[in-house]
Order: sequence, then C-alpha cells, then structure tokens
Amino acid sequence: MSKPLAFEEPIIKLRDKINELEEFTSTSDVDLSGEIENLKMRLKNLEEEIYGNMEPWDRVQVARHPQRPTSLEYINELFEDFIELHGDRVFGDDAAVVGGIALFENTPVTIIGQQRGRDTKENVKRNFGMPHPEGYRKALRLMKQAEKFQRPIICLIDTKGAYPGKAAEERGQSEAIARNLVEMAGLKVPVISIVIGEGASGGALAIGIANHFLMLENSWCSVISPEGAASILWRDASLAKQMAEAMKITAPHLKEMGIIDDIIPEVMGGAHRDLKKQSEFLRQSIRQSLERFKGMDGNSLVEDRYMKYRGLGVFSE
Amino acid sequence: MIREFFTKKKQAITIPSADAKNDVPEGIMTKCPDCKQIILTKDLIKTAKVCPKCDHHFKMTAWERVECLFDENTFKSMDDHLKSENPLNFPSYTEKIASDSEKTGLNEAVLTGIGKIGGNEVGVAIMDSHFRMGSMGSVVGEKITRAVEKATELRIPLLIFSASGGARMQEGILSLMQMAKTSVALKRHSDQGLLFISIMTYPTTGGVSASFASVGDVNIAEPKALIGFAGRRVIEQTVREKLPSDFQTAEFQLEHGQLDAVVHRGEMKETLTKIIRLHVKEANLHE
Repeated sequence: MSKPLAFEEPIIKLRDKINELEEFTSTSDVDLSGEIENLKMRLKNLEEEIYGNMEPWDRVQVARHPQRPTSLEYINELFEDFIELHGDRVFGDDAAVVGGIALFENTPVTIIGQQRGRDTKENVKRNFGMPHPEGYRKALRLMKQAEKFQRPIICLIDTKGAYPGKAAEERGQSEAIARNLVEMAGLKVPVISIVIGEGASGGALAIGIANHFLMLENSWCSVISPEGAASILWRDASLAKQMAEAMKITAPHLKEMGIIDDIIPEVMGGAHRDLKKQSEFLRQSIRQSLERFKGMDGNSLVEDRYMKYRGLGVFSE
Repeated sequence: MIREFFTKKKQAITIPSADAKNDVPEGIMTKCPDCKQIILTKDLIKTAKVCPKCDHHFKMTAWERVECLFDENTFKSMDDHLKSENPLNFPSYTEKIASDSEKTGLNEAVLTGIGKIGGNEVGVAIMDSHFRMGSMGSVVGEKITRAVEKATELRIPLLIFSASGGARMQEGILSLMQMAKTSVALKRHSDQGLLFISIMTYPTTGGVSASFASVGDVNIAEPKALIGFAGRRVIEQTVREKLPSDFQTAEFQLEHGQLDAVVHRGEMKETLTKIIRLHVKEANLHE
C-alpha cells in the first residue's frame, strides 16, 4: 500500500477500521459481517466523494506521488520491442530524457519521455527528471529520425522544469528549448504529447508542440510550479496551495480553457494505484489519437499544429 | 587649499542625496549606473543612450529604438489596439497593466510594425522592459506573432529586439503557450527562406530567451546584456556556488557559442543594414 496523502486520510482511516473488524471476525465467534458490509458501502461512497472532488492541490500531490508511474513504466506496458536510443551526438546522453523506437499495436513509433527516478539513487542519476540541453537535443534528434522514417511521435511529459544549473546555461538551455519549439512545429509526422505527471515551463513545452496535447486526469501543467509562482508573485512559496488554484493548472481547468485536447482518466485515487489499468486508459487514448491523424499528409499535420497553437491567448481588440 | 575648497564644493553639487540616488536628476541629468558619471540627458540621447564615459548601454524604450534605427518617417506601428485581459483574475493585474500602459504610452510590452532600415523594408518587434519587465503574456505573444505573419506575407526580413524577464506569470499557462504560438509562426517565416535577426538586449531571459530570441538566423546582442534561461539566484541555490560576475552576459554567451556577435549600439544600424543587404543580394541572385 502506498503512503496516504493528506486529503485521503478519511478513506485510509475507514479502510483500516474495516480491516480491523474483518480480522476480529475471523478470530472470534462474533459475526460482524453486516456491519462490515455497511462500512464497505460507506467506504465506496467516501472514495467517490473524495476522489471525485479533488482540489487542484490534491491533484498536485497525486502528480508528485513517489510511486506515480514514470515514462519507462508506461513504455514497458504500452509498447513492444522498445529499443532505447541514447545521446545527442553533440555533448552527451541525458538520463532525464529517455527515447527510442518501439511498436504500438504493430505500428512502429518513436517514444520520448522525461524520466524521473523512483528512489533517491535513481533520482540522482535522472536528475529528478529535469533535463539539460543535451536531453532536449537528443529528443529533437529522435524526432527528426522519426520524421525520416515516417513514424508517429509520442512524447511523455513529466518534469518540474528544465534544469536551472550552471552547465545547462553554458551549453545553451534556452537555445535547446527554443530550437525544439520551432522544429517540432515543422514535423511532418503526427506528434502526440501527454503530460503524465508534472509539466512545468518551457522545459515541458520543449517536447509539447503536438497535434494532440493530452493530460492525465491528475497531472498538472503550467508556466511555473505553484511554489515558484507563489514565491515570485506573492513572495511566499508556502502559498503554493492557493496558487495551484489561482493559476488553473489542472487537467479539467486546462480542458475548459481550450489548452489541451483531452483528459485521460485515471484509476480511482491516482495512476499509482494500478499501473496495468492506467496503461489501458493511456493505450486507448493513444490509439484514438493515432487513428485521428493516420493518413494525414505532412503539410496538413504541420498546418493542424499551426492552427492549434496560433489560436491560444486571451485578449481584446 | 583654495583648490580643495572648490573641489569639495563641486562634489556637494554633483552627488545627489541618498534617497534620490537612482533616478535623480530624471529629466535634465542622468546618472550612469555603471561608472556613476552624471550625464546631460540630451547628450545621452545623441549617443543612443550609451554612456560616453564607460559605454554602458542604458535601457531604451521601444520608441527610442525606433528613433535610432529606422530611416526617418518609415516606421509604422501595428496592433496598438490589442488589450490584455485578466484571464485568471489575478488581483491588481488589470491595474498594473493600465498603469504601465499610461507610463509607457504602449498598449503592451512590445511595439511592432513595418519600417525601413538602410532602405530595406523589415518587419519588427521591439520589446520594452519598462512595461511589466517586458514579460510575455497573450498580447505580447499575439503582437509578435502578427508581426511575424506580416513579414511572411510581405516576404521581408524580420527583426526582434528582445527585452524581457520571461513569461508573464499572471497569465499562467496562456503565457507559456505564447512561446509555442510565436514559434509556429517563426517556422513558417523561416520555411519561406526569409531572414530573421534576433537582437538580445538587457534583459533576455526565461521564456523569451527559451523561444524566439534564441532562434534567429543571426543572433546578436548588445554589450553586457543579461541573457539566460534561469535566474542567477535560482542557479546559485541549485548548484550551491557563487557564479562569476560575467555569467549570462552577452560576452559570456558569445564565448559559449550562443551568439554570432556582440554589437555596440552605435554600430547596430550599420550592422543590421549590412546583414539584411547580404540577404537581399542572395535572393536576387536566385531569381
């Protein structure tokens, strides 16, 4: 069982109580099965109520859950014959970005994902999923390769942002992100981008110029993390919870604003509760998106992407 | 003795009081923030706002740039009527926009239009850091995109002068998406074989540096301009070390391969004219 989050506590307490009663029933003569059934009903209702009405900050917590599935886990579930391809051919290989070729339901595709670690050791190796320029350049190299071989591209976004380090600046973090935005605009194959966890700043967008831009139900996407925004705008990072609400960063909000094309549902309580089932939800979505753009010629795909981003912005004339 | 007496008196006149240090004497006199020289403002305008003593490049308003770049009476602005909304209902955002608009005479943090430089027609976007630190929200993104599209339609070169702290936080995801919007428009301009020169001025950071500003066919910057992705303080906290003083300057970026040239403001017009002409000639050769 994964660690409970604050907003889940009533559910956890009730579940513990049911377990306790069940254990008691099995070791004593008293029959409490009626009561247990009652409590189970209550648990079901409570789950629906709590998980069905998650606040933005609850979703941020779920998106950051240490057990939340990462890119490689989904890749493993969703694709066959995955072969990872490394390096940007310029400087190095960034472990915060994974990429390669695989089959999706018998169609060759290119997959690119931002990769967090599941424990401290892996997180150090993966730089907590915060790419350096070579990560973005590797992603672009693989996208160009996909274009050459007419493969659709699937990008999994999961980052707190591009790494704000000294070496990243020296190697042109800005240019690496900017180049991806422009070059992705011109890709003549379908591009599907899915935010699977966190999606902050240009560091997320750098693999997000897509024909379909999707989000998992409990992921978030914004110009900056709620903590960052709170510290800049309100000079207090501890107001992140309020900022998460004010900034409209959740999938339902972004769908409403017309920023994303669709929300991919999550299993009740969050993706980390059932990787297999969650992967099925993703599979259906990817299948639908690929179907939608199948047979569309390169120029139409570029035009489609142009129209999609051209219309974004709120202003008056 | 007598000489000392006069020197002292002179100092007493030229050094402004402590609380007026930064902006006094606004109007008649300007103090160079670098060498502390007091300069007659009208002299400063003659030098395109470059300190005659130490070459410090003062911040410029968008209209001041128009003045010192374009052939006389050739610049025509566009989309001055677009107005920012407050899509996320951030408290006091609308008021801040209104007050900066009044202060700068601009509708937003960028001035766009068409004009002639050295006889060549160009599309241009000039950001103004006096308006919300030049940050990019929906209107800035829209104005730049329209300027790019206009240049594409007219098949003319495009110049963007960046001066921006990055994305406009108060517009949340919408400001992030302006990076995408300007990029898809630039791709079309580029695919037509048209020239885009990016000129980075103080400061070019965050989402602006990580989108259009970094992808010119030619990237140039003014001396000492601050150019970078993340803020110095954020980086220092991340890497837990003090960064060198020249970190993220134009000169640093030139050394690290991110710029084609660092160009003094006094030579900017000539340099741009030369680059544009070289591209016009090439186009004619192909015809």
